[in-house]
Amino acid sequence: MKDVRKGYVRPLDLRQGRVDMTHGSGGRAMAQLIEELFARRLGNAYLGQGNDAAVLPMPPGRLVLSTDAHVVSPLFFPGGDIGCLAVHGTINDVAVMGARPLYLAASFILEEGFPLGDLARIVESMARAASDAGVPVATGDTKVVEQGKGDGVYITTTGAGVVAEGADYAGDRARAGDRILVSGSIAEHGMAIMARRESLGFAANIVSDTAALHGLIAAMRASGAAIRVLRDPTRGGVATTLNEIARQSGVGMMLQENALPVQPEVAAACEFLGLDPLYVANEGKLLAIVAPQDCDALLAAMQAHPLGRRAAVIGSVHQDAQHFVQMTTTFGGRRIVDWLSGEQLPRIC
Amino acid sequence: MKFIDEFRDGDLARGLAAAIRQAARADREYHFMEFCGGHTHAISRYGVTDLLPPKVRMIHGPGCPVCVLPIGRIDMAIALARDLGVILCSYGDPMRVPASGGLSLLKAKAGLGRNAGDKGERRGEIRMIYSGADALAIAQQNPDREVVFFAIGFETTTPPTAVLIKQAQALGLGNFSVFCCHVLTPSAIASILESPEVRQWGSVRIDGFIGPAHVSTIIGTRPYEFFAEEYRKPVVIAGFEPLDVMQSILMLIRQVNAGRAVVENEFSRAVTRAGNRKAQRLVAEVFELRRSFAWRGLGELPYSALRIRKEFADFDAERRFALRYQAVADHPACECGAILRGVKRPQECRIFGSVCTPENPIGSCMVSSEGACAAHYSYGRFADLAAVS
Repeated sequence: MKDVRKGYVRPLDLRQGRVDMTHGSGGRAMAQLIEELFARRLGNAYLGQGNDAAVLPMPPGRLVLSTDAHVVSPLFFPGGDIGCLAVHGTINDVAVMGARPLYLAASFILEEGFPLGDLARIVESMARAASDAGVPVATGDTKVVEQGKGDGVYITTTGAGVVAEGADYAGDRARAGDRILVSGSIAEHGMAIMARRESLGFAANIVSDTAALHGLIAAMRASGAAIRVLRDPTRGGVATTLNEIARQSGVGMMLQENALPVQPEVAAACEFLGLDPLYVANEGKLLAIVAPQDCDALLAAMQAHPLGRRAAVIGSVHQDAQHFVQMTTTFGGRRIVDWLSGEQLPRIC
Repeated sequence: MKFIDEFRDGDLARGLAAAIRQAARADREYHFMEFCGGHTHAISRYGVTDLLPPKVRMIHGPGCPVCVLPIGRIDMAIALARDLGVILCSYGDPMRVPASGGLSLLKAKAGLGRNAGDKGERRGEIRMIYSGADALAIAQQNPDREVVFFAIGFETTTPPTAVLIKQAQALGLGNFSVFCCHVLTPSAIASILESPEVRQWGSVRIDGFIGPAHVSTIIGTRPYEFFAEEYRKPVVIAGFEPLDVMQSILMLIRQVNAGRAVVENEFSRAVTRAGNRKAQRLVAEVFELRRSFAWRGLGELPYSALRIRKEFADFDAERRFALRYQAVADHPACECGAILRGVKRPQECRIFGSVCTPENPIGSCMVSSEGACAAHYSYGRFADLAAVS
C-alpha cells in the first residue's frame, strides 16, 4: 500500500503576511501560527508539552500569582516593545512580593490585519526577555479579533512564583519613622512613550526603563535589611504608588523634591508638556520602604546592583490620620502629592 | 534643567521671603489677586504660601480658561458631536468639565462609541488633541467628515487658532471649522473691579494684581494701565515660575506702601509694553469682538470675547451649524462663581472636598489643575487641617 502523501505547508510569510481571521479559528492556520511563530521562539519543555495546560514542578513555599494586561501605543518604543514589557511587568509584580518568579503564561489578542513580521519581532523580544530573566513562558493562548476591534496586539501575561514563609512585603507594613527609597531615576518609560507619540524631537533620546527587577530584589533581600514594603511604581507613577501604600498602612509620608532622581531630558520633556514626573509611569523601578536603622545598608545594596545605581532615599514615613503624602518642594514650600485624578493631561497655557 | 531651575531656587526664595517679611508693614494686611490659573498652580505646586507672612493673602482670580466656560458652551460642544455627527476635537482640560444632564465631553465620548453605526448613520466622535494643528490634520485625513476644533482660552491661545483658520483657508479645507470660545483678560479684570463686592460693599478687598504671564506676551502691559490708573490698583506682570511670583509680591507690597498704583513688569524677559504686534494683527484679521459673552461665575460681560469675522464665516462652527447658546444654571450648592470673583475661598464651599472632588467635579474650578479648587485640593488641603487642629 502506498503511503498517504504528506501535504506541503507553505511557511508563514513574515515579510508580507498579516494576521487573518483563520489564525484564530482553531484550525490548521492557527496551529501553524502557534508552531512557527510562537513555539519556535518561546520554545521550552513546558510549552512543548502541547496540552491544554502546562504541568509544572513547584519548589516548597507559598505560591504567588499575578496577572497583567498590556496595552501600549506605540507597540515599539525606544528601549523596548510590548513583548519585553509584558514579560518584565508581570515578573516585577511577582518579584515585589519577595517571590522568586518561576513561570509565565501569555495570552495574545491579535487584530486582523496585523503584520506577521511585527508579531514575530514582538514574540522574539518576549522570548529574549524571558530567557534573560530565566522565567519561561510555560503556556499561552491566541485569539484574533476583527479589524477595528483591537489595537494591533494586546498581551496578557500571568506570572507564578514562590515565596518563603516569613517574607512579607505587603503594602500595609509601613510604619512611622521608616525611610522611602527609589531604585533609580523616575518617569522614563512614560516619557519615552509620550515623546514618541507627540514627536518631541528634543526628547528622542529618552529610553524606556523596562527591566525585570527580581535580580535587584534578590540583592536587596541578601543585604538583610528589614524591608517593609516593595512595589513597582508603574501606572500613576511614584505618587500614586506611595498614596496606595500610605492608605494601606494608615500612615503619612513626607518626600523631599530635591532628592528625587530625574534625568534632565525627562525633566525637560515633562516641563514642556506640563506633566509632573511623579505621576509618570515606570517599568523598571521599585519603591522600597525600610526600617530606619537599615536604610544605609539597603541603599548600598541597591547602588551596588546595575539596576539600582541611581537609587536614592526620597523621604520618610510618619503618623498622619489623613494618610497624606506630602512633599517639601525644591522651593522650600510644602504641597500634597495627591492621587492622580483622571488622566494626567498637558496643560493648555 | 537650565533656565528653569534658576527660577525655582530655594535659597533665592528664602531671601525673597525675608525681604517680603521686612517690607510688609506690621499695621496692615495685603490682599493680592493672582489673575491667572498659571499663577494659582505655581503658588500651590511650590507651596509659595508657606513662605509668605500671614498678613499677605493671595486671592485666586478667574484666569483659568476651562473654569470660566459656562455649562451652555460645553453643551453646545457635546451637541456638535452627538446630534450633528461631527468629529469634535478638544484639548484635554475641557474634557471633564461638567455639562447638563450629568454629562461632560469625556462621558459623552464614552457614550458615542457604543453601537455606532447601528442605524447605518454616521455618529459623531470626540477626540482629545494636544494642539489645534492636530485638528487640522484630522480634517485633512477625513475629507468626508465635518471636523470642529473646540477653541478655548485667553489671549495666549487665540493667535494659534487664528493661524489654524488661515491655514484651513489656504488649504481650501471645506470640512474644518472652529467653535470659538476665546475670551479676553481685561474684560474679566474689569468685571471683578466693577463688582459690588469690590466697589461698593468692600467685602472683597483687593490691594493689587499679579498680572498674567503668557497672556501679556501677546497683549503687552499697556492694557493694564487703565486699571492701575482708574481703579488705583497696582499691577505687576509676573512670569509663571515661583520666584517670579515671590518677586512680584514684593513689588506689589512696595507699591502699596508707597501709595503708588502703576503697572510694573517683573516678566520683562518675555513681555514688552506693546506686546506681540504680529500676533495682535493676526487676531484682529480673523476675529472681532462679540457684543456679549456669558462667563461662568461672572455672568454676561459686554465685549468680553471673540468671534470669527464674516470673511472667515465658512470656518465658524456656530454659523455653519446654526448653534445657539442656551444659558444653564450652575449646580445650586457650587460656589465656583463666588470663588472665581474672589468672594469665597475654595474651602469655604460647602461641597468642596466632599461631594466635589477632582474625580467627580461638580463645578469647573475643580477640573483643571489651574482651577482654584483643584489646585487647593491637590496641593494645599493639608493646611486646612493644620488650621483646624
